[in-house]
Amino acid sequence: MSNPKPKLSIQNLFFTYGDETEALRNINLDIMENELFILFGPSRSGKSTLLRLMNRLSDLSEGGQRQGKILFNGSGIFSRKVDVINLRRRISMVFAIPTPLPGTIYDNLTYGLKMAGMRDKATLDERVARSLQQAALWDEVKDRLHTSAFALSGGQKQRLCLARSLALEPEVILLDNPTSGLDPISTTIVEQSLHELKQQYTIIMVPHSVQQAARVADKAAFLLDGQVIEVGRQKDLFVNPKDQRTEDYVTGRFG
Amino acid sequence: MNEHNRPHTSTEGTSMKTREASGPSKMTARSLWENLKDQSASELIIENLIRLSGISVIVVVTLIFFFLLREGSAAFLDIPLRQLFGSRWYPIEGLFGLWPLMVGSFWVTIGAVVIAVPLGLTTAIYLGEIAPLWQREILKPFIEVLAGIPSIVLGFLGWVALAPIIQNLGAPSGLTAFTGSFILAYMSLPTIISITEDALYAVPKEYRDGSLALGATQWQTIWRVVLPAARSGIVMAIMLGIGRAIGETMAVMLVTGNAANIPEFGFGALFQPIRTMTATIAAEMGEVAQGSLHYNVLFGIGIVLFVVTSGINLLATRLVGGRGKRRPGGRL
Repeated sequence: MSNPKPKLSIQNLFFTYGDETEALRNINLDIMENELFILFGPSRSGKSTLLRLMNRLSDLSEGGQRQGKILFNGSGIFSRKVDVINLRRRISMVFAIPTPLPGTIYDNLTYGLKMAGMRDKATLDERVARSLQQAALWDEVKDRLHTSAFALSGGQKQRLCLARSLALEPEVILLDNPTSGLDPISTTIVEQSLHELKQQYTIIMVPHSVQQAARVADKAAFLLDGQVIEVGRQKDLFVNPKDQRTEDYVTGRFG
Repeated sequence: MNEHNRPHTSTEGTSMKTREASGPSKMTARSLWENLKDQSASELIIENLIRLSGISVIVVVTLIFFFLLREGSAAFLDIPLRQLFGSRWYPIEGLFGLWPLMVGSFWVTIGAVVIAVPLGLTTAIYLGEIAPLWQREILKPFIEVLAGIPSIVLGFLGWVALAPIIQNLGAPSGLTAFTGSFILAYMSLPTIISITEDALYAVPKEYRDGSLALGATQWQTIWRVVLPAARSGIVMAIMLGIGRAIGETMAVMLVTGNAANIPEFGFGALFQPIRTMTATIAAEMGEVAQGSLHYNVLFGIGIVLFVVTSGINLLATRLVGGRGKRRPGGRL
């Protein structure tokens, strides 16, 4: 942990969508290894766009314009030499709306691995078990791994989507509101597993609420209109924000 | 299939509207009562009109079926089955062997399917999944134009443009089963493409994102996630495409050579003149005496076609997974 180099470094990043919406304006952020980093702000502040840029899912939005750099382990991810597929295996993403792929629970968990060319049954089984345990889902589904993933409840689906990303053993996990639509109990389960997961992974998360952000963050950045207003450690940002706008948002005066 | 459900949905819509309109008004008890009476009268008329049109579909289909049976059943009763399914179609000599016609229809349809399905599916995948917006905007109107070309024009094109090419390739005549297949393929392509594209469009974006975020390539995503998710729509597209191919008459009549012989089995069969069931009916119906055996046999062919097409539709419903389930009927 003596290595001061950031895991991900975002430098002078701008992004404009095909319809000319300016989503991000000059973002600069450093995210350290094994950090749970929170991106929060009102809707349309650019949080999800920023997440989607980090594993280049933004490549999919037609006519999008991008400027600036994101360095992953010190090398730029937008360079032509980068293998996007490999990048997405190392920087994995879980979406706000949990969408199991058509198929069984087991299929969902092994999908990424099989696409990466892994065929060994024993390794697959082991990864399935481990990732389900990490996502706190193992006990609930271990007896029905080969039944349809659509039969799971909303909270279970969300954890399934988390588990299928973990199965790839990525270095960074991007979580876009992983507790949207979850009841308080499931939310607590997911938040607890986050604390264990950050021992092994770097996590960047868009939270469900400011309260959640304050509960789980190591460090957080407040975004507004595509700009970073303030970055700070959990104590500083949520207890003693420097910027008036951050304070207003954190205390619930707007947003 | 869904016609019987639709009327109810629309009655619901009408009554909702009228109810809302009369709801918040400050009418006296008397005029409110009058209003309700008017309302239920018009409601009754509309509902019955819609019911009538629903029932008329059933009546018409039943009538068609009985008419076909009445005119055509003699063929199956008067001619020994062995002769009916024999290999010689010479109506003038009283030989009504349907086998060559069935084989002809079979080859033309199979050929069309083999050409149209891969071409249609790949085009739809390209359009829906790969092509950038500007290419899509160019391609789609072309496909719509293709759908709008009258079949006889395509047949004519096949006759003047395609047939000479096939003859030059060494076929005895340019007018062959393959020529028909090719024309039919292009006729059913717009159906296959547009329905498949709709099916792909209906696949949630989250599936693609989810798959890509797990490090799958675009091709893996299409093959492993998008196509399976769109399966039922794609099966429907293919079946409707085939339906179009089997039923088509005039264009096929123009380009397949109309020789009622059984081609030798194998790949060469595609490059020999054949005659389809539909073309036979169209070509000979004008010349037969009404009520003659020949006339009955032509209707018999109609029955065969009817059975085959229904079979395909039934198969399609099965494969799509509906298993003949109906939505519950609507009632207010």
